Amino acid sequence: MRAYTERIQEAARRLLTDNLVDVVIGFRKGTVPFMNEPFLAKNLDHVRQLYWDGNCGINLANYLAKRTDRVAIVAKGCDSRNIIVHLLEYQIKREQLYILGAPCHGMIDRRRMLASLDGKDPTHAEEKDGAITVAGQDFQVTLDRQEYLQENCSICIHRNPVIFDELLAEPVPEQQDVDRYPDVRQVEAMSPEQRWEYFENLISTCIRCYACRNACPLCFCPTCFVDESRPQWVGKSIDPTDTRTFHFLRAYHVAGRCTDCGACERACPVGIKMRQFTKKMEKDIKELYGYEAGVLPDQRPPLDTYRPDDQAPFIK
Amino acid sequence: MREVYITKEKFPDVVGKLMNQHRVFGPVFQGQYHEFAELKASDEIDLTYQNTRLSPKGLFHPHSERMFQFSLAKGDPEAGIVKEAPKDYSSRLILGMRPCDAMAFRLDDVNFDTTTIKDPWWTRRRATTAIVGLGCNQPCRSCFCTSVGTGPFDPSGLDALLTDVGDGFILQAITEKGQELLDGISDGGPVPAAATEKATQLRKSAEAQFVTQFDPKALAEKDMLELFNASFWDEVQFSCINCGTCTFLCPTCWCFDIQDEVCEDQGDRIRIWDSCMFPLFTVHGSGHNPRSQKLQRVRQRFMHKLKYYQDKYHDGVACVGCGRCVKYCPVNIDIREVARLMTATCVCPA
Amino acid sequence: MNNPYLPYPVRIESIVTETEDRNLRTIKLLFLNPEDEEKFKYIPGQFAELSVAGLGEIPIGIASSPTEKGFLKFTVNKVGKVSSHIHNMQPGDIMGVRGPLGNWYPWDLLEGKNIVIIGGGFAFTTLRSSIVYMLDPRNRSRFGEISVVYGARFPGLLLFKEELAAWEQRDDIKMHITVDSTDDPNWKYNVGFVPAVTKQKAPDSENSYAIICGPPIMIKFTLPVLTELGFPPERIISSLEMRMKCGIGICGRCNLGTEYVCKDGPVFTLEQLSRLPNEY
Ligand SMILES: Cc1cc2nc3c(=O)[nH]c(=O)nc-3n(C[C@H](O)[C@H](O)[C@H](O)COP(=O)(O)OP(=O)(O)OC[C@H]3O[C@@H](n4cnc5c(N)ncnc54)[C@H](O)[C@@H]3O)c2cc1C
Ligand code: SF4
Ligand code: SF4
Ligand code: SF4
Ligand code: SF4
Ligand code: FES
Repeated sequence: MRAYTERIQEAARRLLTDNLVDVVIGFRKGTVPFMNEPFLAKNLDHVRQLYWDGNCGINLANYLAKRTDRVAIVAKGCDSRNIIVHLLEYQIKREQLYILGAPCHGMIDRRRMLASLDGKDPTHAEEKDGAITVAGQDFQVTLDRQEYLQENCSICIHRNPVIFDELLAEPVPEQQDVDRYPDVRQVEAMSPEQRWEYFENLISTCIRCYACRNACPLCFCPTCFVDESRPQWVGKSIDPTDTRTFHFLRAYHVAGRCTDCGACERACPVGIKMRQFTKKMEKDIKELYGYEAGVLPDQRPPLDTYRPDDQAPFIK
Repeated sequence: MREVYITKEKFPDVVGKLMNQHRVFGPVFQGQYHEFAELKASDEIDLTYQNTRLSPKGLFHPHSERMFQFSLAKGDPEAGIVKEAPKDYSSRLILGMRPCDAMAFRLDDVNFDTTTIKDPWWTRRRATTAIVGLGCNQPCRSCFCTSVGTGPFDPSGLDALLTDVGDGFILQAITEKGQELLDGISDGGPVPAAATEKATQLRKSAEAQFVTQFDPKALAEKDMLELFNASFWDEVQFSCINCGTCTFLCPTCWCFDIQDEVCEDQGDRIRIWDSCMFPLFTVHGSGHNPRSQKLQRVRQRFMHKLKYYQDKYHDGVACVGCGRCVKYCPVNIDIREVARLMTATCVCPA
Repeated sequence: MNNPYLPYPVRIESIVTETEDRNLRTIKLLFLNPEDEEKFKYIPGQFAELSVAGLGEIPIGIASSPTEKGFLKFTVNKVGKVSSHIHNMQPGDIMGVRGPLGNWYPWDLLEGKNIVIIGGGFAFTTLRSSIVYMLDPRNRSRFGEISVVYGARFPGLLLFKEELAAWEQRDDIKMHITVDSTDDPNWKYNVGFVPAVTKQKAPDSENSYAIICGPPIMIKFTLPVLTELGFPPERIISSLEMRMKCGIGICGRCNLGTEYVCKDGPVFTLEQLSRLPNEY
């Protein structure tokens, strides 16, 4: 990981010095274990703070929409896919971007990591050769990194950036024979009543803070439907109907655009697994249209294209 | 009798008996984390917890609360008249709250309970609720209560305090309410000397684990507008995604919205948690928004907590150091860092 | 103690369209329970929350004066959800009023002083309240010279036209009505922007206070004029607008530095504002 940090700093210094970009978007080291902070380096002084390790799970593409300056951005596989979605949706221009592709080993799931420590508070964590050593007052454990990846990372099939101007390291081997949808199939097999109950339970603790929406690079609408007051589509309380409406609509709105980057789940303060909605969308889009979001820079999401001769049977 | 000793064996019995007299709330493990909930069984309470994910503010200021109700039915002579909604104010007991969270309610009281205006729901709930705290033997790394004028065994916000000394709890009365509670407990015994000694040790070792993070008094001395115009806000704000997590989880964030909701011809006026982190919070009907920029909203949160509150009430900052925002901000904006920036000697204007 | 969130029920007595563009209407409200009027004791400069069950509440300045008994008046600009609905309500309809809220113009300080009132747009409402209050025979002698500069973009947008005409006729108030432009050949008042008219007509700043309410742009260009005329910041008074909900200093929405605009304001002197963050 130290190698990545050095490469990022080197590239940032070069790009800023040569005046090829105005700013560099990356991470700086966090103040608590398993956390880093998205960071905007504007000058050479800032460059020293740029940092990289397995705790860079936040999707940096979220900071790109509607920027007008020239930006270098560090991008993992999923970030790069969301950059493609941004390009397709006119949120930023390719000429503005200098993409520092970060072949990704998967990001660490902080919640699961902390839960496994059984209440013990870590003060230090270090990644080395596929292991994470966590230490705190009177304890030290070494854990298998692979076991503590974010769930979306453990089933990721695009770890290497799909679009970049330079790579920060040799490409990593992509995971093979990944079954991305066992959980979705399980839900599909349920009866409608069971499914209803499953999703009701899934979102029952939602506090409607919208962290999931705000962490998502796709959610750049000037006024989100939940915030509209005339007409008001959704009530503002935590009435189950309103919470449901929010989650269903959000899922549909990201259908065919979601890259399964996991930023939404990572951000949720109460640990709701809202990817259970978006993954079903993703699976359907793949099956119906053979489309994967943010992989091909010149192919628009199926649900935002229209052809009069569309063969799909539901257009009648 | 100011204190009793209750063995862990007897503790569920004590809780059970209290449940016959009050609605008893306590930390309960729910799926992924602990939350304050009304106990349905005396063994549900889990006092081995560190802290709840959401602060207990919802017990006094729920996320969504019906304030009033009204009818819009055609022909109803009372249609359109907004009326009080019935509420349950029977006696409540909250067991095992952390001293910092209890202290937060004291800080919120100056907002909800003033000499001229009293929030009826907040004040009634405060009056009919007794809070029994649980001292922090093992503070979290993200906590900083001692830096903001409270501490792991601070009794200030509590009616009684529990200290876990291993085989049992010492229960100390702090207020009249707490004393009444103690008087009603028959399963306790005198506190053994060893337990008292252990409690003193625990308190010392807990307090020793804190490092001072920043000095609120230094903030009080700063010029408000100088801080407001400081250049560091630009760096602080970049990563914020305006998700509101910090404010929703915080025990001292009280801001709310008021909305009417109608179902067929009956309606409620409700209040709902809101957040200064949301752009809609301040937008005028005309579209003008005095805090349209993220920087302004981020600055508002920190300035309100650490400076405006302090300058308005001259009673410390509006933060009890519970560490929730530090732990759960998805992008690691850390109030301790921000406070340090704010207290740094030279605040250079932008 | 009364529940400070509970509106008094009122009935709409009348609705008058004030302006040619039909965006401003004045509603006159009667309390359903006469004893509520006693409880609703207000002072010019204060506002209230108008409540429509099912839609919500909006903060609106009180346009009537406490010297006018038996009713309340509000002039509502059609903006969004609640204000548009109020525009479509009918005499006889039931709604609610909560208040009075906020502080008021500092009448004790103004006693014995010359007062110049400068207003533009719909913000003239609480100024109307203040003028009616000062002109009341029981009050007029408490104040010195009263001048009013009131501007609108064109004549059709002026509020309270009949009252303006009546005030024009009096010799105990100096009216300077102005419009940005007009093609009405019969227009007998000023043509020009409020700052320019203020510069010409404002009284000597000696022993005088200025009260200024209106669109931000008008305030921005009039303040330098007042300063030039010698008004110190502590004798320039303004009323702030903020998005509000509770109106009683609890919900936190209108927070500005150490102040809650709904409770500690909305009336501030320029001197007070200079010590607060410029976020309004
Ligand atoms: C002290 C004070 C005195 C005032 N006096 C007067 C007066 O005398 N006369 C007068 O006409 N006005 C006055 N106002 C202004 C008046 O309060 C606003 O115009 C009014 O609140 C607009 O409310 P509305 O429901 O019509 O508009 P809203 O529907 O609330 O707002 C209009 C627009 O704002 C945005 N918006 C607002 N709320 C939401 C939401 N919950 N979700 C999403 N978008 C939202 C939307 O873009 C919406 O279209 C005063 C204000 C204050 C603070
Ligand atoms: S919905 Fe979630 S997983 Fe999909 S792109 Fe948005 S943040 Fe990423
Ligand atoms: S982040 Fe979690 S709690 Fe917040 S709205 Fe999304 S699902 Fe609900
Ligand atoms: S600001 Fe953060 S640390 Fe302070 S009381 Fe609120 S959540 Fe706790
Ligand atoms: S939790 Fe963090 S990202 Fe979310 S609003 Fe608060 S400071 Fe911003
Ligand atoms: S409107 Fe609620 S505090 Fe001012």
